[in-house]
Amino acid sequence: MAIELKMPALSPTMEEGTIARWLVKEGDTVSSGDILAEIETDKATMEFEAIDEGTVGKILVPEGTENVKVGTVIAVLAGEGEDVSEAAAAQATTSGEAEQQPEPAASSGEQEKSDDQKAAITPGKPKSEPKSDPAIPDGTNMASVTVREALRDAMAEEMRRDERVFVMGEEVAEYQGAYKVTQGLLEEFGPKRVIDTPITEYGFAGIGTGAAMGGLRPIVEFMTFNFAMQAIDHIVNSAAKTNYMSGGQMRCPVVFRGPNGAASRVGAQHSQNYGPWYASVPGLIVIAPYDSSDAKGLLKAAIRSEDPVVFLENELVYGRTFELPELDDHVLPIGKARIMREGTDVTIVSYSIGVGFALQAAEKLAEEGIEAEVIDLRTLRPLDKQTILESLAKTNRLVVAEEGWPTCSIASEVIAICMEEGFDHLDAPVLRVCNEDVPLPYAANLEKMALIDAPRIVEAVKKVCYV
Amino acid sequence: MARTAKTRKTPAKSQQQGGPSDNSDFALHSLQEAFEKAKTYDASEDEMMEFYRQMLLIRRFEERAGQLYGLGLIGGFCHLYIGQEAVAIGLQSALDNDKDSVITGYRDHGHMLAYGIDPKVIMAELTGRQAGISKGKGGSMHMFSTEHKFYGGHGIVGAQVALGGGLALAHKYNEDGGLCLAYFGDGAANQGQVYETFNMASLWKLPIVFVIENNQYAMGTSTVRSSAETEFYRRGTAFRIPGMDVNGMDVLEVRAAAEVAFKHVREGNGPVLMELNTYRYRGHSMSDPAKYRTREEVQDVREHKDPIEGLKKVLVDKGKSEDDLKAIDKEIRKIVSEAADFSENSPEPEASELYTDVLVEEY
Ligand SMILES: Cc1ncc(C[n+]2csc(CCOP(=O)(O)OP(=O)(O)O)c2C)c(N)n1
Ligand SMILES: [Mg+2]
Repeated sequence: MAIELKMPALSPTMEEGTIARWLVKEGDTVSSGDILAEIETDKATMEFEAIDEGTVGKILVPEGTENVKVGTVIAVLAGEGEDVSEAAAAQATTSGEAEQQPEPAASSGEQEKSDDQKAAITPGKPKSEPKSDPAIPDGTNMASVTVREALRDAMAEEMRRDERVFVMGEEVAEYQGAYKVTQGLLEEFGPKRVIDTPITEYGFAGIGTGAAMGGLRPIVEFMTFNFAMQAIDHIVNSAAKTNYMSGGQMRCPVVFRGPNGAASRVGAQHSQNYGPWYASVPGLIVIAPYDSSDAKGLLKAAIRSEDPVVFLENELVYGRTFELPELDDHVLPIGKARIMREGTDVTIVSYSIGVGFALQAAEKLAEEGIEAEVIDLRTLRPLDKQTILESLAKTNRLVVAEEGWPTCSIASEVIAICMEEGFDHLDAPVLRVCNEDVPLPYAANLEKMALIDAPRIVEAVKKVCYV
Repeated sequence: MARTAKTRKTPAKSQQQGGPSDNSDFALHSLQEAFEKAKTYDASEDEMMEFYRQMLLIRRFEERAGQLYGLGLIGGFCHLYIGQEAVAIGLQSALDNDKDSVITGYRDHGHMLAYGIDPKVIMAELTGRQAGISKGKGGSMHMFSTEHKFYGGHGIVGAQVALGGGLALAHKYNEDGGLCLAYFGDGAANQGQVYETFNMASLWKLPIVFVIENNQYAMGTSTVRSSAETEFYRRGTAFRIPGMDVNGMDVLEVRAAAEVAFKHVREGNGPVLMELNTYRYRGHSMSDPAKYRTREEVQDVREHKDPIEGLKKVLVDKGKSEDDLKAIDKEIRKIVSEAADFSENSPEPEASELYTDVLVEEY
């Protein structure tokens, strides 16, 4: 039977093109894979190849013809042992159909989605009840522990529990950690599981990510997250997207951790909060704890998670001491905010080092008769909207306090949520208190001016309370 | 202020290392030398027939993919492996599939077919269907089969090299005896992370075989226009990784080289860098300006170096009849046609799949 060769589409959006060149002539025998013609559009050239064996019967559209519609029969091929003239004749009888466009196969992208479909795709899968922190049994001893020690203990406990867990990064082993977070790990677990890397962020982030794909549970420490910009490709493109792109087949249970945000007097390149960057990426979990209990409980949860986690610590908080329940296995739920202080007049939402400023502000405000509720988000992705909105429903006023730039920030996101889902509860516009919108300066006075502090939060709260 | 030049008394490098330098240099060439001694793999007739069959399957599959693209059934980027078949088949036939892992870039259909993964689920992924190996959510560039220890399918040029380093780290960590085969292109060979990975892989003696598929072009840029060192197998020298220069158009030569390289890695000696010289017949992806090389150049390779025709000749010389080979061709056409039909007729993913597989757990 004669085979019709139709004008192919270079892309699903192409409608017509030019036959730039025929590379075969009538009577030529061709086999599968031979290039028959070159087809051009304004964007590209495509080689048009034979799929079947046969003899070129008739070329119906000569080279140089422009605006040939996709699907037009441009030549006829006679099959093996078939007469060429026969093929041409067969063509004549079928040419009526030739004008038909090939069915656009993947049309859903361009078509308006039906209401049915819209309903089906809203992420409204039955939400599991938000998990709350496990109750601490009566009589549990509360130890005073620094955030630094809490993080180290979390890693050590998980390494004892699971052979697959290991730590890698610059200076994590022999130097004991650039900020001493991995102190003592080398001694207990040896160089196989506590790996000093060269200064090669892109490379070792990729190796850590690949090791997670290969079934291990890597903890990749960045000396600070400023240097992870060189590695962000693996965090976003390799780690976050793999599970989705593989249809749930390939997991990537890696933890990227290290100090994030402004340190002290280290200048612009060493002082940035990447929370909003990572929190914008579907496929990642982003955690930014404030105190020792959360640092430990959430890092343990992060290491156990099947998903890739970005765990943002803060250098200025490492040395602070907080109460930590002495439990065998202190693991906290990811994705659940925590009410640090109850209040009725206004809600202050914050995370990481900002929580400290928010609590200071709340104390100050209490002296003036304003009872602020302070929420520590703890997890930036997925964000615990429910806790924010419930508090807003109670206080009707909200301020976001964030040690980071204001533009496209977590604060922006919280404000959007309040507008979209809490509008009816708002008695005042939501305000944000962030760092100034400049690269962080070095000079002590300018640095102080640029960074968030408690008095600025107090001021914003008074504004939303109209006092 | 004038400075007085000081004469530094630094010991010569070879003294610092405390070993005869020519000896360690020798290590960088030793694999090539071993390979030169027996450049053709002594394949049984059955093995050869199987190589032929597999290469032909890739060729026909890719031709069909190109056709489906032309019909609008495949969208986006679609990079065909036509011309490079001997590389994946020669190397992967030497793997221990119970232990070893493979990772590559976006030109990945051939590597999956080399594993014997069902062409139907690969083609259905290309057409974006629910039955595709990634449920239609990955597409041509993002396909995986953890069951076969095939780890993708990566769209960022060079990323698979560092990820492969991680897979190799896992092999070593778990002491499972496996190695990782990490493929990348001549263009990818200019990415910084490749050298970051070379350094760590060599430093930590990771069981990894780096494979540069030098098909002479990165999109429209020929190697001479992009690379100061176009002898890519030498690029591991600074990291003390031995290199091998292999004709990637001859499946028996590829396999012979694989034997030498894999043995070296399995014995715990750390990585090997193999340059497989090959050629891509088709455009970089489906839309390609086709202006950066001449048709004569392509035609010349097809006529004189084609890996499938080359092996066919060996088989005919060994007494295989044209009919035997035609029968294989027929069988493969059937497989590919069935895959194409399957990929056209199976349904697109359910709308509800949009939000699945973003995260593994619920929080
Ligand atoms: C980081 C990055 N830069 C650019 C691209 C776009 N791109 C895709 S393939 C390619 C050429 C790569 O050539 P090569 O490594 O030789 O592989 P080949 O396509 O020849 O197999 C480029 C520039 C990309 N995908 N990723
Ligand atoms: Mg190339």
